[in-house]
Amino acid sequence: MTAITCAQLVELVTDYLEGELDELTARRFEEHLALCSGCRTYVDQFRQVIQAAGQVAEDDLSWQARTHLLAAFRGWRER
Amino acid sequence: MLRLARLHVSSGSAAEDVLQETWMAVLGGLHRFEGRARLRTWVFQILLNVARTQGVKDRRTVPFSALTADLDAGPTVDSARFQGPQEPFPGGWRQFPAPWTSPEDAALSGEAERVIREAIMQLPERQRVVIALRDVDGCKPQEVCEILGLSPGNQRVLLHRACAFVRQQVEGYFSRRHAARTERT
Repeated sequence: MTAITCAQLVELVTDYLEGELDELTARRFEEHLALCSGCRTYVDQFRQVIQAAGQVAEDDLSWQARTHLLAAFRGWRER
Repeated sequence: MLRLARLHVSSGSAAEDVLQETWMAVLGGLHRFEGRARLRTWVFQILLNVARTQGVKDRRTVPFSALTADLDAGPTVDSARFQGPQEPFPGGWRQFPAPWTSPEDAALSGEAERVIREAIMQLPERQRVVIALRDVDGCKPQEVCEILGLSPGNQRVLLHRACAFVRQQVEGYFSRRHAARTERT
């Protein structure tokens, strides 16, 4: 297998991050990253997106939702 | 869970209703839970059912089965950003993606978070649900497959397309901001 291009690498990012690339492709992926700062930026931004999407979640249950839920649980216990 | 519900209905209070209805269904059906799936997986399945029913009523959501376009092949990065076969480095970047973070904003925050949220809302439903379960609710890949009845390969394709789209939206935001700043100086 020959080296992978930038256009190919961007389609492999998720498989790489999930550890689903076969050993040879994963090695080619890492070799490419070591040499190409453009792709390093791309992969880094992909990671940032994943991390930030997780943080979006942290606006937790609102106070109102908690009250509703507690009421629902109480109703259940009393049955 | 509230976040996941919120992706399907038009308001925060509708999402809270979905959540409450979900817990009622969970508590009401607990005696039928057979332990074949993990409890968490089962709860998510119920939540998605309730949220979808509500979303269809809101006309926010298209029925899940009606969507096929989001698994389409095709590059996730515009092929015009890479060099063609006649150029010195076929398949190489024409211009490297610009880094986002400058010393003044060490991490994606504030407004970028809003851009991400909006981008997630624009995704086709299956991509939206996969990215929400994986990154927003922190489910494992296998769990997402179980909840949505997806193969591991399709789950990754949906996640990849979702992340690539969100990345592209954030990139657009940063380049617009950069352009605005350059104009001012």
